[in-house]
Amino acid sequence: MSESVKAKKKSPAAESAAEGKLEQAKSEAALPALGFKGMLRWAWTQLTSMRTALFLLLLLAVGAVPGSLFPQRPANPSVVTQYIKDNPSYGELLDALQLYDVYSSAWFSAIYILLFISLIGCVTPRAIAHYKAMKSQPPRTPKRLSRLPEYGTLELPADAGIPASKAINDAAGLLKKRGYRVEVRDVDGALPSLGAERGFLKEVGNLVFHTSLIGVLVSVAIGGLYGYSGQRILVEGDTFVNTLVGYDQFTPGTNFQSSSLQPYSVQLDKFEAKFDRESPGKAGQPIDYTAEVTTKETPDSPAKKETLKVNDPVSLGGTSLYLTGNGYAPMVTVRDGEGNVSFQGPVTAKVQGDNYYSSVVIKVPDAKPEQLGFVGFFLPTAFVSEDGISFSGAPELINPQLSLNSFYGDLGLDKGVPQNVFELDVKDLKQLNGRDLAAGGITLSPGATVDLPEGKGSITFDGVKKYIGVDIHHNPGQLYALIFGFLAVAGLVMSLYINRRRVWVRTGTHADGRTMVEYGLLARGEDHRLAGEAAALREIFAREWNLPDTDPATTTAVSSSTSKDQ
Amino acid sequence: MPVINETLGQYSELFMLLAAGTYTVAFIAFAWDLAKSSKTLRAVDLKAAASTTGERVAVAAGRVGGGLGGPDAGGPVGRAERPTSGLTVEGGTAAGDMKYAGERRAPARVAVALTVLGVLIHGAGVVTRAFGAGRVPWGNMYEFLTTGAFVAVAVFLIVLIRRDLRFLGTFVIGLAIIMLVAASAAFWTPVGHLVPALQSYWLIIHVSIAVLSSALFTLTFAMSALQLVQSHRQKNLAAGRADKLGFMRLVPNALSLENLSYRINAIAFIGWTFTLMFGAIWAEKAWGRFWGWDPKEVWTFVIWVVYAGYLHARATRGWTGTRAAWLSIVGYACVIINFTLVNTVFNGLHSYSGL
Ligand code: HEM
Repeated sequence: MSESVKAKKKSPAAESAAEGKLEQAKSEAALPALGFKGMLRWAWTQLTSMRTALFLLLLLAVGAVPGSLFPQRPANPSVVTQYIKDNPSYGELLDALQLYDVYSSAWFSAIYILLFISLIGCVTPRAIAHYKAMKSQPPRTPKRLSRLPEYGTLELPADAGIPASKAINDAAGLLKKRGYRVEVRDVDGALPSLGAERGFLKEVGNLVFHTSLIGVLVSVAIGGLYGYSGQRILVEGDTFVNTLVGYDQFTPGTNFQSSSLQPYSVQLDKFEAKFDRESPGKAGQPIDYTAEVTTKETPDSPAKKETLKVNDPVSLGGTSLYLTGNGYAPMVTVRDGEGNVSFQGPVTAKVQGDNYYSSVVIKVPDAKPEQLGFVGFFLPTAFVSEDGISFSGAPELINPQLSLNSFYGDLGLDKGVPQNVFELDVKDLKQLNGRDLAAGGITLSPGATVDLPEGKGSITFDGVKKYIGVDIHHNPGQLYALIFGFLAVAGLVMSLYINRRRVWVRTGTHADGRTMVEYGLLARGEDHRLAGEAAALREIFAREWNLPDTDPATTTAVSSSTSKDQ
Repeated sequence: MPVINETLGQYSELFMLLAAGTYTVAFIAFAWDLAKSSKTLRAVDLKAAASTTGERVAVAAGRVGGGLGGPDAGGPVGRAERPTSGLTVEGGTAAGDMKYAGERRAPARVAVALTVLGVLIHGAGVVTRAFGAGRVPWGNMYEFLTTGAFVAVAVFLIVLIRRDLRFLGTFVIGLAIIMLVAASAAFWTPVGHLVPALQSYWLIIHVSIAVLSSALFTLTFAMSALQLVQSHRQKNLAAGRADKLGFMRLVPNALSLENLSYRINAIAFIGWTFTLMFGAIWAEKAWGRFWGWDPKEVWTFVIWVVYAGYLHARATRGWTGTRAAWLSIVGYACVIINFTLVNTVFNGLHSYSGL
């Protein structure tokens, strides 16, 4: 932005690009003589120049790309771990370059922080300059209006009796009505003139746009500091209470305080999934997920029935709850070797493949004399292919089946090492059931019970419930980001479509009584409608002074006439 | 849930094929127009070359009496020097203002007529698809492509009402054909329901603006590519070398191409800003965060930044002209990547290509 401010101070010759380079080269050559302060100033000028801004913008675009090429930790940490394992030759190197954390990496941060410093560095002086420009009078009338991009003359015949001073005042009135700020000069002189300017909001728009970008960045930062997000799996009938222990997974912002959690509760009453049964080739594709929930703002509030759907979150206690996943939770009862019920309830099965082909892990630390563990699959509609491989033929519960291998031994839960509920480490366990063992694997339909070998107990498949995955988010910055976003667009539109224009008019009366009017227009920045404005001005002048419609082609831009002639 | 009407879906596919066929004929007519007009224009140029200078002098001379006569008045000398905000015609290129000129170009008229016919059939295809599925026709790659091609051609025809951009015909229609063929051959998907993730009114708002902006970027991409060729050719001509690219006579000079594509890019940039913002609002509704650097979000952002760079380039000394055109082309390449690679190869939350 400083470019245009600077340009005014320079001689016109410095405008050319070659000259600019020369100047830059000179200042670079003069570097040692600048001293520390001078060097800082030099660096600042460089940083806030339009060229640097452009370079940083393009760099930002390039820098953002790797984040889409490599898996990203914040989105999916386990995929990153796997990726490094799969690519031993360069996986670690990429990690060292922060390519799995692109958007929080030192280099990406450096780019956008420099960009925003540059932005502030040029918005500020430009805002001051514009404030001054808005307070000052339109610039003095140039000597040769004919050199301006748009220029025209009008001739008021002697019998109209309009002297130069009246003509200039008329013109001033017309321009004021058209939204120009006008200053009339030298009214009683031989050649009175006026300077007029309009379109100050263009620059205001530009400043609003760029400032709003800073606003968006700050809002995002506020969200990162004070927001939080978490996940929770809810089986039908389960209730989630918004406290730290209520979450399966929780990611606090840097400045998060647990006291800011409002203890609301959400109970999942019922979940329903609908699947496409009519489109050929798309059978089984989901077409609707609906979760019925009962919510309470606080433990003492009245209960409220609400519907939670994809694209339709529930808002509660300053947070929003989103339906992000779902699956089946087979209900299982496990009896141990002593005949006691050591586990009973739903087990959330993790969806792994088509048609809810899901993995199941059951850990029974309370079983006696030995702890028990089960690993296997849940299939809502079990089929067995010709080569003996089980798969799920449909997403609905048509022929639910649980296939499990069983183990006993120390599950290692008492060591205090946090474990993934979806994984069972069978390294130190002894296997009881399995396809390759004499006892075979366990295959259960609802209602069926299978006894474990060696009198270790039994397992019963009681039925199936559904579960949903819920994401809970609180982001105090997002409303501000939205507001700044819309401000930015408003500023952008103003900046692109308001035209900053200057008009000068000069009048003079010939000895024979004719009054001549000449006018010229100049735009600041892109303005493809300047010729149109010149024509419009000509028309209102002509109307004011009752002049016959002169052919604009002979008086306005040469260009338009020549292009028509060809 | 709306009822799926497969018969309408089949009609739609038939319409798409018919439209592609009609466009192919229109494409040939546009190409013929380029070839034929370049010959006639050469003859016109030769004649005009002699008279141009004379006319300019005459125009300027007509104004001599109009000035004030004082030292400040604009005489003919001052006029000749002053820069014009309009555009002058340069030797060997078409009129810079891209207004329709008097002469008739029969092949171009045929081509435009065929394009109108094609777009009507194409529109019928889009509409029957929409009714067949009972929803907006942009829920998977097949539909993005067919509807996107329709919007691109429609926008082109709408711009044609005001400006003579027929020289872009081969480009735009060629691209529309490629899109239709790709849709039918590689991305074909039968009419069906939307997956829950797409069932939102934001699909209507966000995607329609994205498709419209992309259609505008398509126009400016074509213009920027032609601008590069034309500026190369103008340099050759100015150096007195032989004109190897005769068909480019029909195309305006590089500066006018740059100016018009800047104006279209500015509109498209505002559209893209809305695309990005509405996408963020939708992401907040669907996933609980308005920005998460998902590959689709990354590339939407990259496109936005590249075109922001383009707008800045236009205001930076030494970056207008050829470099700005390159930025516009790079921006469009990103649009293409965002649509093809990001939807199919990169995996992210936006995996609804329907494949
Ligand atoms: C870092 C320092 C920046 C500087 C020095 C700067 C400077 C400018 C200037 C001078 C203009 C007006 C161009 C004209 O008058 O035609 C402009 C416009 C614009 N800037 Fe920036 N800008 C900066 C950062 C950004 C950033 C980070 C973005 C967004 C990615 C951005 C997006 C835009 C857009 C879209 C326009 C077009 C609006 C218009 O033409 O007025 N700028 N910028």
